[in-house]
Amino acid sequence: MGGWAIAVHGGAGVDPNLPLHRQEDAKKLLTRCLDLGIHALRSNHSAIDVVELVVRELETDPLFNSGRGSALTEEGNVEMEASIMDGPKRRCGAVSGLTTVKNPVSLARLVMDKSPHSYLAFSGAEKFARQQGVEIVSNDYFITQENVGLLELAKEANSIWLDHRVPSETCSASVETPLQMNGLPISLYAPETVGCVVVDSEGRCAAATSTGGLINKKIGRIGDSPLIGSGTYACDVCGVSCTGEGEAIIRGTLAREVAAVMEYKGLGLQEAVNYVIEERLDEGKAGLIAVSSNGEVACGFNTTGMFRGCATEDGFMEVGIW
Amino acid sequence: MGWAIALHGGAGDIPLSLPPERRQPREETLRRCLQIGVQALKSQKPPLDVVELVVRELENCPHFNAGRGSVLTTKGTVEMEASIMDGTKRCGAVSGLTTVVNPISLARLVMEKTPHIYLAFDGAEAFAKEQGVETTDSSYFITPQNIERLQQAKEANRVQIDYTQPLPQATEQETENANGDSQIGTVGCVAVDNHGNLASATSTGGLVNKMLGRIGDTPLIGAGTYANHLCAISATGKGEAIIRGSVARDVAALMEFKGLSLEEAAAYVVESVPRGNVGLVAVSASGEVAMPYNTTGMFRACATEDGYSEIAIWSSKHD
Repeated sequence: MGGWAIAVHGGAGVDPNLPLHRQEDAKKLLTRCLDLGIHALRSNHSAIDVVELVVRELETDPLFNSGRGSALTEEGNVEMEASIMDGPKRRCGAVSGLTTVKNPVSLARLVMDKSPHSYLAFSGAEKFARQQGVEIVSNDYFITQENVGLLELAKEANSIWLDHRVPSETCSASVETPLQMNGLPISLYAPETVGCVVVDSEGRCAAATSTGGLINKKIGRIGDSPLIGSGTYACDVCGVSCTGEGEAIIRGTLAREVAAVMEYKGLGLQEAVNYVIEERLDEGKAGLIAVSSNGEVACGFNTTGMFRGCATEDGFMEVGIW
Repeated sequence: MGWAIALHGGAGDIPLSLPPERRQPREETLRRCLQIGVQALKSQKPPLDVVELVVRELENCPHFNAGRGSVLTTKGTVEMEASIMDGTKRCGAVSGLTTVVNPISLARLVMEKTPHIYLAFDGAEAFAKEQGVETTDSSYFITPQNIERLQQAKEANRVQIDYTQPLPQATEQETENANGDSQIGTVGCVAVDNHGNLASATSTGGLVNKMLGRIGDTPLIGAGTYANHLCAISATGKGEAIIRGSVARDVAALMEFKGLSLEEAAAYVVESVPRGNVGLVAVSASGEVAMPYNTTGMFRACATEDGYSEIAIWSSKHD
């Protein structure tokens, strides 16, 4: 048993010209969330409780794209989604299409704990939220001025409909430049998703991921974040949370893949993460964080950057973007 | 090397005493759908077209739990879902459909006409209207058998998970007959042509008495449906167990990472899910077929280019 370990992320695909003060703000938030998680781990909270706690904090802060601060749909509102998974029995819960639930990750946890199902979406999920008495706020609460501005710019920038993944004659080489994410200029791209993975001192892994999704997304679009095996996965071996181009992550069943190559190919955690980023994304861009049951932590990405932080019981701690 | 096709109409606790009038229409549909698929493969249709075609037929058949004949939510409505994927890992999925006659074809349109993979509920319905696919009044999907089935599930105060969840002892006797008729499940089809091109498609109404908004394994790439350059898989059974086990992807992962054969990989995955929960159909790029299940039975059919063909519900010793 290698002790506890934790990693957090605030999305992959960062504008290389992001102003320094914005970089500092992001690092401060990541550090604060790590500290929160570390404190909870030292107080012997279970991995599943810690990932929920940390992701709630990330959702509540407007800086990243989840909960308050979620990217806006084509109609200018938010549709949030999240999932959570507990390694020991592979129990899991997921939600999509939330418009009033303050902390989507906690509703995902309730789906796991209090419903016979694994995944609830849209009005059914909102109804379940009310039955469970979770905190509800108006949709305006989630909308920041900055995201209103970004949506306008995204719409001007020709929207995701001319995305390079749409097979059509409108595809041109120019949309495949390195400084694009999901078909948008990187300066307009709101890194999708926040996430946290934890292994506690008893070797239990857990993972949680939450997002507002893709800026200017079509109403009803579901990305990788709520999908068990794609955006989130945890089992006896490891816990994984992914971020980036959702469709590439789904196609690669990226989170499960890290566990699968560890289980079936015998790779170590960092090897598995590297393999998955290099071999399983095709042309997509994404990043992920992972912990193993013996207390290792790893991250990997093929994007310009990923907001991330990690710490282990033996005193290692790191917060980085590039 | 050669073409192969396999399809299913759900796995579960299908009683051996299933009366002929419940059994025959389903067997006939399986036979007819198999012929449609075989014919299409013989006419060199791409596997992606073949699986869509076959699943459309299964959706149109009121005896299976997909499209017309979908089971009802706790509110008596239908909420259908489906997904489709080909060997190049292109994929599309839909959930929460209430008016789309053929959910599988909308999943294909999501794959081909949007930058997204997965659209759900109002957004998916709006997309269906944009694309001009056939829609109809919700009552088209609702059969008297499913109204009755919902009522029984409510009386038993339980969520009937496909038909795999064991009944509580007290209600087992009184609902036995009715349960004999609830042996309908998710539908799916996998196909490979003689160039090794692969595709998979799965479609469902979900489970009886499900909560509004519930999403199962069927639309989830890697859980209910998966295809890559090695194989194509469509799974059925208890959705929550299939999601947890990322069943469809795991068959492919075992072939890819552990070098198992299709049959070994499929058997390994089905054995690793608790008994009574899962069945799947799978084909490999080289034209092998596997149809394992750990439930009492699975409505299934398959055919390969070398002339092998099978239509079955239980294991051979029961048929």
